[in-house]
Amino acid sequence: MKLIILDDYDQTSEWAAKYIKKRIINFKPGPNKHFTLGLPTGGTPLGCYKKLIDFYKKGEVSFQYVKTFNMDEYVGLPRDHRESYHSFMWNNFFKHIDIRAENVHILDGNAPDLQQECQAFEDKIKAAGGIELFVGGIGPDGHIAFNEPGSSLVSRTRVKTLAMDTILANARFFDGDLSKVPNMALTVGVGTVMDAREVMILITGAHKAFALYKAIEEGVNHMWTVSAFQQHPQAIFVCDEDATHELRVKTVKYFKGMMHVHNKLVEP
Amino acid sequence: MPSNKSVSDAPITQFINCRILRDHKIQREDLWVREGKILDPEKLFFDEKGFADQRIDCKNKIIAPGFIDVQINGGYGVDFSQASGDISGGVALVAKKNLEHGVTSFCPTLVTSPTSVYHQVLPQIKVQNGGPHGAGVIGVHLEGPFISEEKKGAHPPKFLRTFKAGGVTDLLETYGQLDNVVMVTLAPELSNSGPVIQELVRRGITVSVGHSMADLSQAEEAVNQGASFITHLFNAMLPFHHRDPGIVGLLTSEKVPPGRRVFYGMIADGIHTHPAALRIAHRAHPTGLVLVTDAIAAMGLPSGHHTLGQQEIDIQGLHAYVAGTKTLSGSIATMDMCVRHFRKATGCSVEAALEAASLRPAESLGLNHRKGTLDFNTDADFVVLDDALTVQETYIMGQQVWKK
Repeated sequence: MKLIILDDYDQTSEWAAKYIKKRIINFKPGPNKHFTLGLPTGGTPLGCYKKLIDFYKKGEVSFQYVKTFNMDEYVGLPRDHRESYHSFMWNNFFKHIDIRAENVHILDGNAPDLQQECQAFEDKIKAAGGIELFVGGIGPDGHIAFNEPGSSLVSRTRVKTLAMDTILANARFFDGDLSKVPNMALTVGVGTVMDAREVMILITGAHKAFALYKAIEEGVNHMWTVSAFQQHPQAIFVCDEDATHELRVKTVKYFKGMMHVHNKLVEP
Repeated sequence: MPSNKSVSDAPITQFINCRILRDHKIQREDLWVREGKILDPEKLFFDEKGFADQRIDCKNKIIAPGFIDVQINGGYGVDFSQASGDISGGVALVAKKNLEHGVTSFCPTLVTSPTSVYHQVLPQIKVQNGGPHGAGVIGVHLEGPFISEEKKGAHPPKFLRTFKAGGVTDLLETYGQLDNVVMVTLAPELSNSGPVIQELVRRGITVSVGHSMADLSQAEEAVNQGASFITHLFNAMLPFHHRDPGIVGLLTSEKVPPGRRVFYGMIADGIHTHPAALRIAHRAHPTGLVLVTDAIAAMGLPSGHHTLGQQEIDIQGLHAYVAGTKTLSGSIATMDMCVRHFRKATGCSVEAALEAASLRPAESLGLNHRKGTLDFNTDADFVVLDDALTVQETYIMGQQVWKK
């Protein structure tokens, strides 16, 4: 595991965006060789998307031959609802870049058969040759995608009932009205993300500090699903100073001491 | 495989690098067009997996809905109320020339005329979509002859009429037909005006009060009957008085039924309405203000001496005088000029100024579901403007019809 510690949210976003850019460029994607990218929604990756859009506008990277797979989507929320993950991805990323619609994959929370939709999503990932780089964020309770505490660490894409904590946290996006918050979602499983060749988790802010501690300093535990990535051969955690508050000084010093090495990963 | 064909084979144009007026805000957003309509790109992306066939770089300009002029009597030497000559040709000329002023649709306006003129002219004015040939004709605005003798303005007194035969009969007898009429200006204090207003509204025609001696209660009664517009506010009506504010009082009346809005036309040429009066009206009732040119045949003609019909006119800059006098013979303002003046005079936002020439007139005619906005699925009639609000390009149904 690599732990990248940066000063603040902006630097974290920039580092992550540079890393994604470099991975795409090094992959040399083409019409018969698409780079497959797993993507999250939420506040944490927003800055990273903004940076990627900047890079695209400057001509430094193209998404023409990138296939994306999003982690999750609410069940029953109209696709064009402003809080749907379709809308999020369109407004915050896709409409600004040159990605082709047929290369974008987001779970359909309004599909007539949700189980079948989840299976089809897994099949599409497989057909695309697996995911090269899965980018994720985590909740304060350590959930990755909608794999709430207690989710199986070998789970696959499926329908998931949201934890009360998640519903409460999301209420602010639905006029503070709990009854308007969807209580189910489709989500990739922990196992689905584990299958990616590389996983990059973004964690910023003091409110995520305990989750980061649980993720990397304690054992693998299904109550903190992100801890599963301790078992992944290529996992990068990118965080800001605030998110390290619960870590041991030793851990922080060790990884900060390696920054000169890790920074080479994003150098052009 | 890439496909743009799930709904339609028609090419898709994406206007990029622009700021568009949508939801009352100028926002950095691309504008997408297909088959003459504004397209929802998110829907295109997710539902059709589609993409743009053509991208047009707007170089950071503003895109606003095309201007709609609900009161224009003529221009470029053409007077719509003159029965002599080629009416449809005259309308076509004004329609074409007005493209450079950002006007994408308009209502040719006939002032008080003899019955024979209505019978002759009205059938010749065809409602039609705009295009490279010119701005669209929404329908006719009939200003008179059922107006007040005291407030007739420049209307010829001998042709004024009343509803003496009961109202609707007079209306149909005078105009002959109402098929292509979208607005009628009348004086509500004329007896029997009530049933006339109701009948017009029933036919989907916007009733405007104007050229009138009505006090506020008469004006409110007209609104209750269905009237929803005031023709060139302040002009040809009783002046505002604090104990009876007259028609002007409709702007802040509490008797306007809930859910209804009264619109009012404003000639914001800097000549026909004092900037202070413009500000009063705008601040009292911002969402009702509709910019109109009320332009006469002299609009669009160069400075100098002109003979229009039986009239001799001297044009000096923005003023058109009866030759040899300092009497104004009418407005020669263009719509883009009014937008700029309105913004400067009132200090309103760019959005409000542009909407007063697009959204508001569309709303006043009940057309805002298809014109006057850049909302998805509405007609792709729009103007490209620089930051000084000078029109650079005009588009109708997604097609460029004029370029500076």
